[in-house]
Parts: sequence; C-alpha cells; structure tokens
Amino acid sequence: MLRIAFAVAAAFAASAVSAQQTIKIGMPLTLSGQFADAANQMLNGAKTYMKMHGDTVAGKKIELITKDVGGPAPDVAKRLSQELVVRDNVDILAGYVLTPNAMAAGDVSSEAKKFMVVMNAATSVVITKSPYMIRTSVTLPQVMETFGTWAATKGGIKQSYTMVTDYGPGHDSETAFTSAFKAAGGNIAGAVRFPVANPDFSAFVQRAKDIGPESIFIFIPGGAQPAALGKAMAERGIDKKKTKVLGSGETTAEAALKSMGDTALDIITAWHYDYMDKNPLNQKFVKEYQAVSGGRNPDFFSIGGYDGMHAIYEALKKTKGKTDGDSLIAAAKGLKWDSPRGPMMIDPETRDVVQNVYIRHVQKVGNELVNVPFDMIPMVKDPAGERRKKEAAKK
Amino acid sequence: MISSLAGVLFDGFAYGMLLFLLSVGLSVTLGMMNFVNLAHCSFAMVGGYVTVSLAAKFGWPFLATLPAAFIAAAAASVVLERTLYRRLYRASDLDQCLLTIGIVFISIAGYAWFYTTEQQSAPMPSWLQGAHHVGGMTFASYRVFLIVMGLLVTAILVLLLERTRFGAQVRAAVDNQRMARGLGIDVDRAFMITFALGGGLAGLGGALAINVVGLDPTFALAYLVYVLIVVAVGGLGSIGGSFAAAVVLGISDMAGKYYFPWLGAFLIYLVMVALLMWRPAGLFGKR
Repeated sequence: MLRIAFAVAAAFAASAVSAQQTIKIGMPLTLSGQFADAANQMLNGAKTYMKMHGDTVAGKKIELITKDVGGPAPDVAKRLSQELVVRDNVDILAGYVLTPNAMAAGDVSSEAKKFMVVMNAATSVVITKSPYMIRTSVTLPQVMETFGTWAATKGGIKQSYTMVTDYGPGHDSETAFTSAFKAAGGNIAGAVRFPVANPDFSAFVQRAKDIGPESIFIFIPGGAQPAALGKAMAERGIDKKKTKVLGSGETTAEAALKSMGDTALDIITAWHYDYMDKNPLNQKFVKEYQAVSGGRNPDFFSIGGYDGMHAIYEALKKTKGKTDGDSLIAAAKGLKWDSPRGPMMIDPETRDVVQNVYIRHVQKVGNELVNVPFDMIPMVKDPAGERRKKEAAKK
Repeated sequence: MISSLAGVLFDGFAYGMLLFLLSVGLSVTLGMMNFVNLAHCSFAMVGGYVTVSLAAKFGWPFLATLPAAFIAAAAASVVLERTLYRRLYRASDLDQCLLTIGIVFISIAGYAWFYTTEQQSAPMPSWLQGAHHVGGMTFASYRVFLIVMGLLVTAILVLLLERTRFGAQVRAAVDNQRMARGLGIDVDRAFMITFALGGGLAGLGGALAINVVGLDPTFALAYLVYVLIVVAVGGLGSIGGSFAAAVVLGISDMAGKYYFPWLGAFLIYLVMVALLMWRPAGLFGKR
C-alpha cells in the first residue's frame, strides 16, 4: 500500500518537474584520434552497465551525453565540460581517458559543484583537482609502487633496468617503481626513456641486452607499441627465464598478446583487471560486454567505465535521486562493491579507488596466451594519496 | 663494440627498407606527376587491412596476401585518381593538400567504423619469426625478409621506369605533356598506371609494416611524417634517392637510439635538416 502511494507520489512529483525526470551524465571523451580506442572501450563499459542494470535509478532515467575531445587537449576538455554543465545542464561529469583532460575538467567540477567520476586518468594527483571527484580506474603509484616492492621482496629480484615512454605516465611509473624497488633493497642498473612516437624498439632493447640486467621494467602505452617491443625482445634473444621482464597491464593486453604471440610468454605484469579472470561476475560482464561492443573483449578502460557507472548508480540510490555535488560525493565516499575485477572501494578520505593488485605472468592455457595471476596484494590504497594525506596532517 | 655496431647497421638498414617500401610509391607519384598526395599512407592502410583481413579471417598465408594488398591498394588509388585526383592535376599545391588530407581523415573514420579502433595484427609464418644467429650476432628473420623485399622492389622499379617503353612514356609525359601527347602517347593512361603503381607500392609497404609497427586507423597520419621526410631527403621522383635517404635515415635513427638514447627519435629530424641544408633539392633531386 505504502509502495503504491510512493509510486503515485513519485509519478506526480516527476510530472510536476518534468526536467528532473532524467539525470544527464556528460562524458567528454577522446572519441577520435590516437586515443579513440580507449574512449570507445570506456563508453562501451558504461553502456554495458546500463544494459545489465537498466537505465532508471531512483525513479529517474539516466542519459549519457558524449562529446569528442579528440586527444590530449586540456583546453578542449575544459571547454566541453563547461558546455555540458552550462548548456546541456548535465548533473554529473564522467569519463576522462587522459590525465591532462581530467585535470582541466576538475576545475569545472569544483566550481560548478558537480559530481565527477574519473573512469581512467591514472595520474595520482588528478583526484585533488576537485572535492566532488571520485576515481574508479586505478592510479599508477597504486600498481607500480606495489609492483616495485613485490619485485624486490617476494619476486626475489635484486636488480632492474627501467625502460619507459618519455611522457607523464611513463615518468610517474618509473619514479614509482624505482623508489619502491630501491626502498625494498633492489638496485637500478640504468634507465632509458623511449620517445612517444617510436615505431622500432630494437636499438633500445639491444642496449638493455648489452647491459645485461637481472630484470627489465617496462612502461609503454597500449596500442601498437607493446607488440613492437615484445617482438624486438624476441628478435634480440632476450631469454625471459634469465632476464625477467616486468610491465604494466598495457604491455600484455589482449591485442598485444595476439600480435606478440609466444614471444610474450613469461612476461610478469602487475594490474587490476583482466578480462580472462574466472570469477562468475566477470564472466557475465564479458558476455554482456561482447554483445554491446560487437564482439570485442573488455579491457581496463571498459572496467573503469563499468565501475564508474556502478558508483553513479549506487550514489544516486543513496541520495534518492538528488544530484547536487555535495549529496552525491557524500554518498559515494566509502562505497564498497564487488566488481568484475574483484572487491573495490572508494576511499572515504581521498575519494580514490582502493582495490586488489594482481601479479600475473603470461602463460599458454590451451592454445591461448593468458595473463595468469599467481599472487595478489589485497585492497591497495593509492600510496601517493596516502603521502599527501600525511603531509596535510603535518601542516 | 664491433658486434653492436654491426647490429645497429643491420637493424637500421632493415628499418630503412621499411621506410623505403612505405614511401617509394609517393616518390613515384609526387616526383613523376607533381601531385602532392598526402593520402599516401591511406593507401598503405588499404594494403594493411587487406592483409589483416585475408590472413586473420580467411587464413591465407602471409606471403599470398602481399600481392592482394598491392592489387587492392592499386585498385583503390585508380578509383580515386579517376574520380577525384585527375581534376586537381593542374591545381595548386594547397588545393591538392586540402583534398588529400581530407581523404586521410575520411579514411581514418572509415576504417575505425569497419575495423574498430583496435590494433590489428596478421599471423606470421614461423620462418619469419625469431632470428638467425651467425657468429655471435643475431639477425631477425623478418628484418632479413624486409631487406630482401626492399632490394627486390628497387630493382624492379628501376628496370621498369628506366628500361621499358612504358617507363619512357611516363617520363616523357611528365617532362612535357603537350609534346608527349603530340607524339601519340596516351598521357591519361600513363598517369593512371603510374598512380596505380604508386598506390600499390604503398599497399605493399603497409602490409609489410604491420609486423613491425602494427596497424590501426591512425596509421594514415602517424607515418605520414616519416614518408614525407624520406621523399624530401631523397629528392622528388628519384627511386635511388628515396632508397639512399631511407637507408641513411633508418641507420641514423637506429644509431641515435642506441648510442644517444636521450636524444631519442629527435636525431632523425636533425639528420633531415642537415641533409636538406646541404642539398635543398634532396640527395638525388634535380629540381
């Protein structure tokens, strides 16, 4: 009885304020250009969530409005975020593949008091740009510092040579891995940075081989480069049984494994998600995702989009459909849920993602190359965020 | 030291051959026909995607897909030549640039639509994987293959353009169109075939590039710079020039990355600037 009354009341309330029937989520994404694939995967992740959980929350319809940023363009990302807020009257900002874009849009979220969900942009400091921001992807220090510590302790590796791409995330990964690795007793034999546009890696790999370190740490963006690097290693004859190759999830992503073939075997990576994970939630997600994406498998961009939508849905349920920034961020803080990637949480203090970091190696399962997890560090917080918190407490 | 130098030379030469295969088609069309075809790498992409489709979806052996890549890209370039390019043969460089860069963007969006933005790869036969070890040195099989292909294409092109009747007709048509027409040469046909040849070579280059640099819809823009550098440094219309430029650039790029990694990929531009200051028309350029 009460329920019917509620429903009737809700229907009246809804028809009274028809503009409030839908909740608009504005997503400025890099839908064209070099990062188009990442944005498409992220958007499909969000769409998959909506397909699996319906497009109404707390009695309101959810609508996605996408805009194309075109690439790493902070000014464009900021302008489009502003337009979404001012002209399209969006209630929530979400998406953001790239760090500079998310940083610039953070100001918009902060000034307009709009809830903002960063679904990728993995540089730690992004989260400080707006008090209304949460992140549902990963932070680089979260994975790379954890990996550095793991390598020097449980991994039993005493020496490493780092090779990273010469851009922001590459520098961050290098610093994170190196500092944690050294702190745990490892030493760094040398470091090299690849240019961002680098079609051929053989010279760099030859150099690493001539130095002959016990392990090589790699960070390169996804896309064509992991495969090119993997092939260069195989051609130079780097024996991964002797020289361990350590990398991030991009290095052994699905497309990279396919084009590397058996040369990818035994690469060790630390990451937070893999589509081959056997938990039933993930298997269901992958199946639904394939239907949405036309047969593609989800990657870490997709899972960022999926969990970002989950956080939005759950926060809206808690606020009963209220969309002001203060209510939503209060509702989002401390959210805990089971994601296809495993258990995760939004840290109530830093608003950042807390999740398991999996240590995997590439193995042949049946006829397929798979990232097989063989170790796991549970519920890792962003170490850079923790340091910021401590420093703030000192002041 | 010696072995690392030899390794750098070998890798650089192989990389140069890849640059050569990608750019020689543009050298032919730009040099012979004075047409600024910025969509050259879009034709390379046609070849690349044909190879990917045939090899990955229909299980063709990699080698068999190469002629298909050549033919498909040549056919695509003939269609574009007949419908669009020929209208602009006498137009200014800027008009040609605008048209062809537009085609680049259309091709990027088109491939993203049909093949998604995902990285593509083509399965390689086992004899093209791995490496040969000779006297403490390693020679990657695919790089040896690239070098063989590069030399083969050079030989065929030089013979075709310098030693055959068709080559003479094309050169005559380029140097003096009116005179060539007066002598009864079918200039239209000669240009069409030249264009098909340039497009086909791009397609072949694109197919061969997959195993080294991968393939996604942004290929058409990503490698355009390298292709233009090779053509500019080599000198327009000179097959030998493109060959020499590609080898010099490939080796200097490789050596730079090995010996001065902090300079990174910048060295290739330094070399380009130096060479062009020394010979503004390119190594073997006439104009």
